[in-house]
Amino acid sequence: MAIEIEQPRVGLSKIAVSKTHGEDSPYFAGWKAYDENPYDEFRNPSGVIQMGLAENQVSFDILEEYLEQHAEEASWGKKASGFRENALFQDYHGLQSFRKAMASFMEQIREGRAKFNPDRVVLTAGATAANELLTFILADPGDALLVPTPYYPGFDRDLRWRTGVNIVPIHCDSSNNFQVTPQALEAAYKNAESLNIKVRGVLITNPSNPLGATIHRSTLEQILDFVTIKNIHLVSDEIYSGSVFSPTEFTSVAEILESRSYKDCERVHIVYSLSKDLGLPGFRVGTIYSYNDRVVTTARRMSSFTLISSQTQQLLGSMLSDEKFTGNYITKNRERLRNRYEKMVGGLRNAGVECLEGNAGLFCWVNLSPLLENQTRESELAVWEAILHRVKLNISPGSSCHCSEPGWFRVCFANMSEKTLEVALKRIQSFMEERKITSG
Amino acid sequence: MTQTRIQPRPRTPQSDADASTISGGGPTTAMRVIVPLQGVVQGRGGLVLGSVIPCALFYLLQFYLKRRHRPGPTPTTPPPTLPEAAEGSPPPVHRVQTRSTISPRGSNGQAHVSYRANSIAKQIDTPYYIGLKKASVDPYDEENNPDGFFQLGLAENLLCVDLVQDWIVANAKNSIVGGDLSISGIATYQPSDGLMELKVAVAGFMSRVMERSASFIPSQMILTAGAASAIEMLSFCLADAGNAFLVPSPYSPEDIKWRTGVEIIPVPCRSTDGFSLSITALDRAFTQAKKRGLKVCGIIISNPSNPVGNLLNRETLYSLLDFATENNIHIISNEILAGYSCESEEFVSLVEIIDSEDFDRNRVHIVYGLSKDLSLIGVGMGVIYSFNENVLSASKKLTRFASISAPTQHLLISMLSDTNFVDKFIKTNRERLHRICSEFVVGLKRLGIECVKSNAGFYCWADMRWLICSYSEKGERKLWDKLLNVAKVNVTPGSSCHCIEPGWFRCCFTMLTEKDIPVVMERIAKVSEVCKSHS
Repeated sequence: MAIEIEQPRVGLSKIAVSKTHGEDSPYFAGWKAYDENPYDEFRNPSGVIQMGLAENQVSFDILEEYLEQHAEEASWGKKASGFRENALFQDYHGLQSFRKAMASFMEQIREGRAKFNPDRVVLTAGATAANELLTFILADPGDALLVPTPYYPGFDRDLRWRTGVNIVPIHCDSSNNFQVTPQALEAAYKNAESLNIKVRGVLITNPSNPLGATIHRSTLEQILDFVTIKNIHLVSDEIYSGSVFSPTEFTSVAEILESRSYKDCERVHIVYSLSKDLGLPGFRVGTIYSYNDRVVTTARRMSSFTLISSQTQQLLGSMLSDEKFTGNYITKNRERLRNRYEKMVGGLRNAGVECLEGNAGLFCWVNLSPLLENQTRESELAVWEAILHRVKLNISPGSSCHCSEPGWFRVCFANMSEKTLEVALKRIQSFMEERKITSG
Repeated sequence: MTQTRIQPRPRTPQSDADASTISGGGPTTAMRVIVPLQGVVQGRGGLVLGSVIPCALFYLLQFYLKRRHRPGPTPTTPPPTLPEAAEGSPPPVHRVQTRSTISPRGSNGQAHVSYRANSIAKQIDTPYYIGLKKASVDPYDEENNPDGFFQLGLAENLLCVDLVQDWIVANAKNSIVGGDLSISGIATYQPSDGLMELKVAVAGFMSRVMERSASFIPSQMILTAGAASAIEMLSFCLADAGNAFLVPSPYSPEDIKWRTGVEIIPVPCRSTDGFSLSITALDRAFTQAKKRGLKVCGIIISNPSNPVGNLLNRETLYSLLDFATENNIHIISNEILAGYSCESEEFVSLVEIIDSEDFDRNRVHIVYGLSKDLSLIGVGMGVIYSFNENVLSASKKLTRFASISAPTQHLLISMLSDTNFVDKFIKTNRERLHRICSEFVVGLKRLGIECVKSNAGFYCWADMRWLICSYSEKGERKLWDKLLNVAKVNVTPGSSCHCIEPGWFRCCFTMLTEKDIPVVMERIAKVSEVCKSHS
C-alpha cells in the first residue's frame, strides 16, 4: 500500500558541479587514450607513448642509491628520541629541520646567489596546493591574477576553481620567443579594468611551463617594476629551477630582490616543489616562500588543510640537508636533462620539425604550425588527434595552454627511458615523411 | 551532570558579538541584520542588486554599530581593527561579496591581501591559539624543564607513542623503500585520492576500531592529507560560500570557514541537558536561519562530540536523519574519535543506521582520520566516506590539493595490515586512555572541579563556573589567563569552543603521563585556591 514518493534530490555546491576543474579538456583527454593503450617496450610496442606528462624520471637511480645507503636515517629509526619532540609541534609549522633543508636546497639550486630564511618557508602538499593557497590569500572571489600565455593548463583549475578568482592572460607570441613585454602587461591590466575586474597580482612560471625556457633577467626586472607601480603581488612559480640545463642561465626573482636590497619585497612570493627537480611528485612536497609576514602567517595556518606528513619530512629532510648529495644530484640531473633535450631537438630537426630554443624543464615547445590546414584552433586539435590516434603519441596542444598562436605543442621527454624516446622520435620521423609524400 | 546549582544564563547579545569576534566563528551582530536583507533582495533583484543594496546598508549599519560599541578594546575583545584598517577604512567582512571594495589598500602602500586572509589574521589573538603557542614553545619536561607549560589544549594522543615507535623502528625501512618496491614505484604521480590498497586497509581498520558497528566499502572512500582537509573538502562540495551549516555547540575550536566562506550556525547545547543535542534546538536554529535568509546546507555533528565527549545514541541519530530528510539537507558526521567509547555505552556509527534503515544515503557523509587512533602525530590522514556518487567524484578531484604522500601511504598500508599490531595497539590504547582519564578526572574532582561524564574522547569538559570571578566571558578569560600564566597549564576556554555558558574548559589529557598528573593538579590548585578565596 506504500506510495512511491520521489525523494527531493539533496543539493550540492556550485563548485562540486562546475566544470572548472577542467578535466574534460584535451590535455586530460589524451591521458585517457594513454591509460587505455599504454606503450610498453615488450608487451605493447605499438601502444600510446605518453609525452604529455611532465615528470622527471631521468635521475631515479641517484635517489635510489642514496635511500639504500641511508635507509636508517630516512625512517624514524635513528631519531626515535625525537619522536616525542616532534609530536609537540603544531602540524602546520612543519619540522624546523625540514624547512631548513628546503631553504638550503633552494639556495644550492641558485648557487648561493640568493638566501632563503627557513622561517619564511610554508609547507603544502604539492605546488598545486601552494598556488591555490596563495590565490586564496592574495585575491578575493571575482578578482584576477595576470598570467602570461601559454601557461600550464592546470592553472585554470588550481587558481580558479575553489577560489573564485579569474585568470586574465598576458598575451605572448613567437615574434620574441614568447617573452613577456611591458606592453603585454599593460594591455592585460587594461583588459581586466575594462571588465571591471580588480587585478591582485601577476603569476609567472620561471623557468616557463610549457616553453621550457628561463625568463630573461631584464624581463624579470620589468615585471617587478610593473607590479610595484600597480601595487600588486608577484608570484613566481620556480618549480623547474633545478631543471635548468646550465645554472648561470637562470635568474630567480629572489636574486633580483637581493640586488635591490629587498626594497618593497613584501609583494613577492615564490612557489617551489620537489616534484619536478627531484622527480618525486608522489611525495606531495610543495612550499610557499613569501617575503610578506602576514602572508607567511596566514599561509601557515591555512596549510593545515594541505599538510605534508612529518614522516615524509623526516624522510626527505636528511637527504636534502646532505649538501654533498644534493650538489652531486643537481649537477647530474641538469646534465642528463640537457642530453635528453638535445636528443629530442636533434631528432625533431631530422624530421623537419622546429622547436623554440629551450634551456630548462622536462619538455620542448614544438612548432607544428606547418602541419595545420588553417591557422585555427580547430586545425590544431585535428593535428593533435591525428598524432594521438595514428602516431600514437600523446602530446599537449597549445590551445590547452591558452597559446594565442595555433600550432604549438608541448612534448615531454623526461618521463620515459631513452629507448622509448628513440621510438617516439622514429614515429615522428615516419609521420613527417608520410606527410611529405602525400603533400609533395 | 554537574553538582552545582548555577542557572546557566545565555550570554547577552553584546557579549555574543564579542564571543564571535574572539572565537572567529559565528556571524557578527551586523550580519544578523544584513543577511536576511540580502536574501530578500537576491530573490527579487538578482545577484547584482542582492550584493549592492546589502553592501550599502552594511556600511550604514557598521557606522551605526561602531557608535554603539564599547569605546576602546577590553581584555575580552581583540583590537577591533587590523593594522591596515586602522587608517580609517571599514573592517573586513566575514562574507563573500564579489563586487564591493572590501579591504581597500592600506595607506602605507601595502598590496592588498584578501578578506579571507584578514579573517585569519584576526584569529591569531584568540585564547586557543595563544595558549597553544605558549605551551608548545616552552613545554614541561620532568628533568629538563620542570617549570615548563603543560599542554592540555592539543588533542594529540601520546599515550601509545612507544608502541608506534617500536613498530616503526622494526618495520618502516622495508615498508617504504626496499624489497620489491623501488623508488619509481612511489615517486611518480599516484591516484590523488589514495591507493586502493590503503583504502582497503583503512576500511578494515575503521570497522575494527568501531567494534564492527559498521562495515565500510573501500570504493566509497576518499583519502586526504588530514581530517581537516576532509571536512573542508566536504564543505566545498556541499555548500556555496555564504551558505551555512548547523553545528551543535560547544564544538571544536578549529575553523573550516576560512577558505570555504561557509557560515557556521551554532546550535547551543546546555549543561542542564548534559550538553546533549536536542532536535528542538536544531529545529529552532534552522527556522531562525531561514528567516534570516541563510541557506542551510547541512548539519555537522561529531560523534563522540568534541569537546564534551558525548556519544550520540541510536534515537538521536534516527531523529537527526529524519530532520535532515524533512529539510532536505546533508549530515556530516565526524567520527574521528570513534575508537574511544567506554564499555558502558556502545558507539553507533551513522553508517550502521544507514545500512539498516531506508534513509536516503545521498545525504550522509562520514569523516574519519587516523591521527587520533594510531598516535600518528603529523601523519595526517583523513577519510571522506560517502554514499553520494557526485560528492565522491567532486571530492576525488579536490584531493589533488591535499593528497597523502606515497611513502606515507605505504607505511600505513603496512601498519594497518599488521593485524597483531593493530589489535594490541587498540587494546593498550583503550586501557591507557581509560586509566589516564579516570586519574585526571579524579584529580580534578579533588580540587572541586567536576567534569561532564564523558563516554569517550581525549578530553574532559570541566566545570569551573564556580571559580570565575564574574559569570561572563570576561571572567572566563581571566581564569584562562591565570591558568595559563600562573599555573602554566594551557586549557581551552569554552568560548573558543563556542559554548554559550561561560566557565567551562576543555582539558585534553592524552599528552600527559601518569606521573605528570599530580604536578598538573598541584599547579591548578594554586589558581583554584586563589579564586576560591576571592569568591
